[in-house]
Amino acid sequence: MNAVHTAVNPCSSSAFDVERIRADFPILQLTINGKPLVYLDNAASSQMPQPVIDRLVRYQASEHANINRAVYTLSEIATTEYEAARRKLQCFINAPEEREVIFTSGTTDAINLVMHGYGRKFIKVGDEIILTTLEHHSNIVPWQMLAEETGAKIRVVPINDAGELLIDEYENLFNEHTKLVGVMHVSNALGTINPVKQMIAFAHSHGVPVLVDGAQAVPHLQVDVQDLDCDFYAFSGHKLCGPTGIGVLYGKAALLEKMQPFKGGGDMILSVTFEKTTYNTIPHKFEAGTPPIAAAIGLGAAVDYLLAIGMDAIAAHELDLLNYATEQMAGMSGVRIIGTAKNKASVISFTVDGVHPHDVGTLLNQDGVALRTGHHCAQPVMQRFKVPATSRASFAFYNTLAEVDALIAGIRSVQKVFA
Amino acid sequence: MANYKALYQEVILDHNKKPRNYGTLAHSSHHAVGHNPLCGDHISVALNFDRECIDCIAFQGESCAICKASASMMTVAIKGKSRADAEILIKEFLAMTTGKLDLESPNCIGRLAVFAGVCDLPTRVKCAILPWHTLHAAFNSVASTSTEADPMHTSIDRQRVVPPLPQSNP
Repeated sequence: MNAVHTAVNPCSSSAFDVERIRADFPILQLTINGKPLVYLDNAASSQMPQPVIDRLVRYQASEHANINRAVYTLSEIATTEYEAARRKLQCFINAPEEREVIFTSGTTDAINLVMHGYGRKFIKVGDEIILTTLEHHSNIVPWQMLAEETGAKIRVVPINDAGELLIDEYENLFNEHTKLVGVMHVSNALGTINPVKQMIAFAHSHGVPVLVDGAQAVPHLQVDVQDLDCDFYAFSGHKLCGPTGIGVLYGKAALLEKMQPFKGGGDMILSVTFEKTTYNTIPHKFEAGTPPIAAAIGLGAAVDYLLAIGMDAIAAHELDLLNYATEQMAGMSGVRIIGTAKNKASVISFTVDGVHPHDVGTLLNQDGVALRTGHHCAQPVMQRFKVPATSRASFAFYNTLAEVDALIAGIRSVQKVFA
Repeated sequence: MANYKALYQEVILDHNKKPRNYGTLAHSSHHAVGHNPLCGDHISVALNFDRECIDCIAFQGESCAICKASASMMTVAIKGKSRADAEILIKEFLAMTTGKLDLESPNCIGRLAVFAGVCDLPTRVKCAILPWHTLHAAFNSVASTSTEADPMHTSIDRQRVVPPLPQSNP
């Protein structure tokens, strides 16, 4: 296996030094059950490099105060750094304006913001919302809640056996009642990269806005919201080497301004009397209360870190990992890869014949290999493939081909136990 | 350090591969379905009393090896027991898998002690106890139960009581 590993390893060049990158991640130096940690659950949450940890510490140690309120130095520093983080995120996704970047607690919060702010105001009885079979529960459940409340209907785009959306079927779902499309950019369960740009153009030709769940896309792809022309784009910080509890909703200013606030409280107002409250301008209208200041600044540092490596270099290395792992697994008898889209991010869902995914996960953990087992908050996808659950390896730019080898060896040892 | 592989020992793998009392019963006095929503696993347990004792019991469902072996060994251990003795075993099994049973003191655990190691795997405890949870529900004429109904499994009696489901054929 080592010979193969050396032969296909294109990453030993100075352009992408994975060992130097790994040295930035303290957690990757851990051993689990006496074995080096092989962390392959990056689609659930990625790990944090030292520069981001340092930035969080520096903020708490020397910059922290509440923002947007006081006139003293610390508060001004905290406000400046928080808003600087917003600009970093704006550049990261190429949003036209800073005020179109709203800090949320994560993707789920961002989608709920759109549901409450846009959906509850503009979607009525008889209206239709188009979602896809691939969606994460976080882009299904809020819309079901809205449908229940308003009497709107949910239409679902089916997928083929490879886990790709059926675009003809998608286009056929449009009618005069269609009011919103919600689609994930990259599938968390299967890795499929959806043709969102094409889907958005089609929706716009019917005057329908599109919400893109980008949680799994931003860690792997260069995302340009102007090029996509999406109306909303949601993602999380903790899948992007940043802290938990922070995420972003990008929205076109014209839409955000028409929307009603999601949460009421401090900071989201211009003036309050018991007779009438005037809401603040965007983005502040949607950032009620004290935001996760440290987490936002940490996410800004994470974006700096990723951009210093380069999203293209990250994507190229992850594609090498995906191709190598796919090739290895495809050659194993008794192992079935679920999700074989032509266009995939570095996620492999698989099943091992005769072995439940939770048994796979427990036994791989014994070898230090951390991967996700279960339905991945995407039960409709599991139902489509008629499996209760899968095991899922998801690779980040700090993973190595040797770690893929460890995964493969681990699966073989699972097969031996259950032979 | 816990050796998780030790959990996957011969007896558990054997019951996973060749589960005992697998299937349904033509006639059952008690029946329940148990779900583990965390992984989507589910098993059904059906049993019949002959006077004071459980004279037949069967299970079936989709589950991991830990759950299936636990269910299989449960049916073997329970068959022929009175309800009171079965309830004691349920309590002891739950206590053992949550690390609260002293295996040195007198108990009825017997061969089920192979599941003692599961207490080191908090995410897998629910797999092992799902069949026992379901058996308890069946005793109490609760048609459907879940490992999430009571995360601490301290009092598994707080279920809505509904009439037993009519027995469906396999």
